[in-house]
Amino acid sequence: MSITSATLSKLSTGSVENGLAEGWLLDRWKTMLRIRRAEEVIADMVESGEARCPCHLSIGQEAIAAGVCAALDASDTIWGGHRSHGHYLAKGGSLEGLFAEVLGRTTGCAGGRGGSMHLSAIEHGVPGTVPIVAGTIPLAAGAALAYKMRSERRAAVAFFGDGALEEGSVHETLNLAALYRLPMVFVCENNLYASHLHWSERRLKDNLDQAGAFHSISGTRVDGNDVEGVYDAARLAVMRARTGAGPSFLECRTFRWRGHVGASSDEDVGVRRGGELADWLLRDPLARTEERLTIDLAHHRAAVDQEIRVALEAARTAPEPDPQRLGSFVCAS
Amino acid sequence: MRQLTYAQAIREAHSQLLASDPRVFVIGQGLWSPWYAGGSLEDLDRDYGRTRILDSPVSENAVTGMAVGAALEGMRPIVFHPRLDFLLLAMDPVINQAANWSYLFCGQGSVPVVIRAVINRGAEQGAQHSQALHSMFMHVPGLKTVMPATPADAKGLLLAAVDDPNPVLYIDDRWLYGLAGDVPEEAYRVPIGEAALRRIGSDVTIVGISWMAAQALEAAEVLAAEGIDAEIIDLRSLKPWDRSRVLESARKTGHVIVADPGWRTAGASAEIAATIAAEAFHDLEAPVERVTLPDTPAPTSRAEEQAYYPRPSAIVEAARRTLGCTRREIRGACA
Repeated sequence: MSITSATLSKLSTGSVENGLAEGWLLDRWKTMLRIRRAEEVIADMVESGEARCPCHLSIGQEAIAAGVCAALDASDTIWGGHRSHGHYLAKGGSLEGLFAEVLGRTTGCAGGRGGSMHLSAIEHGVPGTVPIVAGTIPLAAGAALAYKMRSERRAAVAFFGDGALEEGSVHETLNLAALYRLPMVFVCENNLYASHLHWSERRLKDNLDQAGAFHSISGTRVDGNDVEGVYDAARLAVMRARTGAGPSFLECRTFRWRGHVGASSDEDVGVRRGGELADWLLRDPLARTEERLTIDLAHHRAAVDQEIRVALEAARTAPEPDPQRLGSFVCAS
Repeated sequence: MRQLTYAQAIREAHSQLLASDPRVFVIGQGLWSPWYAGGSLEDLDRDYGRTRILDSPVSENAVTGMAVGAALEGMRPIVFHPRLDFLLLAMDPVINQAANWSYLFCGQGSVPVVIRAVINRGAEQGAQHSQALHSMFMHVPGLKTVMPATPADAKGLLLAAVDDPNPVLYIDDRWLYGLAGDVPEEAYRVPIGEAALRRIGSDVTIVGISWMAAQALEAAEVLAAEGIDAEIIDLRSLKPWDRSRVLESARKTGHVIVADPGWRTAGASAEIAATIAAEAFHDLEAPVERVTLPDTPAPTSRAEEQAYYPRPSAIVEAARRTLGCTRREIRGACA
């Protein structure tokens, strides 16, 4: 049931052909590599038991976070879910803040209160990610409503998986976003699985790109493993948001290489899907980008690895919270 | 002083907030209708425009979530649910999101949203249009809940709720909408968490919540005629609730009745009674009495409704019970 290479080639538009410099593509590759390496480190820490909170990895899906966030300004906000390490990093969240959060340290991006599923970098436009499926989609619409009411040229982006479209609140939000012409982008990361269930076990038609159509939001299907194609689609959607044309819906087709939660690679909540994975490994978004880059990547790779090492060391040596703080921040003051 | 009804006071609070703070907007069902909200929002759309008074599609979950998101991004939304029952469709944004947010992110970001919901008891509306569900929300850390019982508090608590940096559930009761009372014209705040002493008395303390605070005042008149001097505390805020005011009165009278417009089991009355029993045990003369709804859904027919909703007479009976059974007398009889 995987989508074919022919389908994917039709989806790709290719930003470099559209005039982007190689330096731009290099930056996207570095963002994707940072996400990949960070999540590999987290996977190792999950396997060793060093990281104990539930960690949902986006390895294989990095091009969506990198491509969409490249189309955003610092003042734009993104709203994520349980699988949002990549969104947080692509929008500018720090590696140390991520590692420390996953390890429950006070220097974590949520102060060590949230863990992997609750990431925050307000100064970079990441108000907070939460693991209630579709939980932040109405919140993103509310943010967009705030920007519109204040006549700010900002956009709110909701990242969510294909499973989120099975939640009623998404359909409510699509209608509200269209009705109020909100400066908002719906980004569906369709990795074909919700936890262990393939899309075909959850719906009759492979048509998520049409989810907004009933609510007057046209949808675009994008090859989610092509960072340039994702960027092109996102740029158009963000432009629509900023110019008052209202919301857009992107379905980005991809595949996660690891299980729903944790580090496993060939087995997902008890379901083996190795054959499908082998097919998708050939469409690695990083490798595809590397093929298009002509410059030597070795020292860039080394620089990212060094960033990871430094951030990880800092997180590991950061203090755990004092249990005395248990009652703090229940209410804001 | 100038008198307003409870509904007019709510409307005036909205109007003053909208006039003074561009961050305030109202979203929910029925806002453009002259009657949907019982006059409590009448013509606000005319006065402040339909871009700030958003009569929304029937999407409680997403509309409430949008209010939460707008609050996170610097607005001061009031999201309106014309029936508290409808708020059940929006439990995720209220509890999972708004109430947890400050704690989850260690105080980075707060959710200054006001969630207004109306208890619409009686009038043969049945089990899904009349529920008093406040106790369910009282359970949740990070969520404040207020329940005004007078026109003055209806105004002052709404202004305070919008000022508060936390999510505040503001629950008003349609049976109070016609109640008239003194309401100052200026914009004033009633502190959240502070109860009001409505009547000073020495024999029995009646802690009333919302509609039942109004019933307690009627009961006190009947009791006074019998020579029983009741002290009445209108709780006003359910969370945080004014423990010190309640405990002080409990210690003084030794007899307490909690009159709650909701159900009995695990309700607000249970929490208040348990706290009094734990903190003022040695000053109590008798067990804490509770006047609540029976543990059944709301019936529809008038005949059953009349049996369902407690009237002042239920409070009077509870007072007679507690005063007829004092610990001193029981001990004396046993000695």
